[in-house]
Amino acid sequence: MVNTTVCLSGMTLDNPIIPASGTFGYGAEYAQLYDLNLLGSLSFKGTTVEERFGNATPRIAECESGMLNSVGLQNPGLEAVCAHELPALAKVFHKSVIANISGFTVEEYVACAKAMDEMENVGIIEVNVSCPNVHGGGMSFGVSAQAAAQVTRAVKSVTTKPVYIKLSPNVTDIVEIAQACEEAGADGLSLINTLLAMRIDLKTKRPVLANKVGGLSGPAIFPVALRMVYQVYSAVKLPIIGMGGITSAEDVIEMMLAGASAVQVGAANLKNPFACKEIIETLPSVMEKYKIESISKIIGGAH
Amino acid sequence: MRVKQYTNKWGIDMIKSLFDIEQNEPLASGIYRLVLHGDTSAITAPGQFVNIELEGRFLRRPISVCDLDGQRLTLIYKTIGKGTQQLGIMKPGEKLDLLTGLGNGYNTDHCGQEPLLIGGGVGVPPLYLLAKRLVAAGKKPKVIVGFNSLQEVFLEEKFRDLGIELFLTTADGSYGLKGFVTDAMKLCGRYDYTFACGPEPMLKAVYTVSDVNGQYSFEERMGCGFGACMGCSCKTKYGYKRICKDGPVLEKEEIVW
Repeated sequence: MVNTTVCLSGMTLDNPIIPASGTFGYGAEYAQLYDLNLLGSLSFKGTTVEERFGNATPRIAECESGMLNSVGLQNPGLEAVCAHELPALAKVFHKSVIANISGFTVEEYVACAKAMDEMENVGIIEVNVSCPNVHGGGMSFGVSAQAAAQVTRAVKSVTTKPVYIKLSPNVTDIVEIAQACEEAGADGLSLINTLLAMRIDLKTKRPVLANKVGGLSGPAIFPVALRMVYQVYSAVKLPIIGMGGITSAEDVIEMMLAGASAVQVGAANLKNPFACKEIIETLPSVMEKYKIESISKIIGGAH
Repeated sequence: MRVKQYTNKWGIDMIKSLFDIEQNEPLASGIYRLVLHGDTSAITAPGQFVNIELEGRFLRRPISVCDLDGQRLTLIYKTIGKGTQQLGIMKPGEKLDLLTGLGNGYNTDHCGQEPLLIGGGVGVPPLYLLAKRLVAAGKKPKVIVGFNSLQEVFLEEKFRDLGIELFLTTADGSYGLKGFVTDAMKLCGRYDYTFACGPEPMLKAVYTVSDVNGQYSFEERMGCGFGACMGCSCKTKYGYKRICKDGPVLEKEEIVW
């Protein structure tokens, strides 16, 4: 019998598989299909202070081995999430969840973190720093080491829950940003967010996405994510949740060998709503095949 | 191809399962009829759709249900891009992985005795099962179907076989009435409700011409097709809705253009 448990900043997970934010809503659609309690944890839909509709449609495009989205953080807003979505989720998912929060100012991140700090079923706060910083000239918080550190410090000061910063891959040096977050007091890192991408429709000769550009996810980005997790693992001591194109138990093992303590599965859920369940069910046999007795022992094993 | 079958133990919403291809034949220019056999138990209303996995394509292809007869499911699709072209060369005996029971579908309780069904192009297929259900419910539907030209006309005989009044238009006048579905709306006589499906400009034209209540089925690029990704959201008078899960059918009164 293999051991699939992993630990993230004191939170023990039965297995390292976590649905990624933005691909799993608040769990309701999937809870009708299978028992969510088999998941390691769940990172819910990115939440902002105010309700957001997001970007105009089309918001979805396809490419070889992946997809683009420009949803634009559609969510019902912090109050509704805390009052309705999280209590509803707690009824069907009895483990701690990961609260994914976003903001356009440092104050908005702080407001979200404060509210999530009070939610009993939130185990980790995952801070998405990919939003444009409206006070910093519209550039994403996540592309500047200074801005990422500023958000990290601000969020850390209002919560006792572990804070994980979700890093953007759309940067020159992700290691520098990761180190800045570590110095600012982050408890862990999630990487990577989607890669900025686009498609053009040959019939209309215009971009497919109404927003023109969107985030690329799916198997196409797996090697990029793996490389970034590997590089960041070498440079920081923080636990890493690795994500980007994971679709199989083999991918989970590869990502953990690169340095991830747990993984998130995103786009795969959209194609196959049973993706997380299937990965969790096949993980033990794949571990046996590669003679892995305990999954937590292989973290960073490729270094 | 995976052979594992899943069923939803609550018997609600969607089921993911494998279907056998029984027939996959051209019906008109670029238009194919796909007849599948499998577990159709999640399909509860006309106007719902299925989402088809295709080898090598990352996203599934959403296609509306045209007809349902026990475990036999008929879909009509147009070959537009690589995915549907790939579907077009699949042969009887091959299998397809489907998510079924997606979307809300049309509610046939909301209409009176004389509903008017209006479809344009690949918006026509879901109206067939709808017409069949309305006839079975003792109602007297009329149907207007619009196409670009004679080469693209399909389902005419099937609608006539239901014994209902059918008005057919082509934009170029090569068959039926020359013009658009809205031209036929002026000639078709009395109706007390509309059910529409087609491209957005057609829906908007029908919405403007019609002075009765109705239900309109919308199309949007989708990620998942089952309400998780927020890829196909739209604004309505009653808040944000997901075309795939809260739609594709919207009530006339809630539509925001």
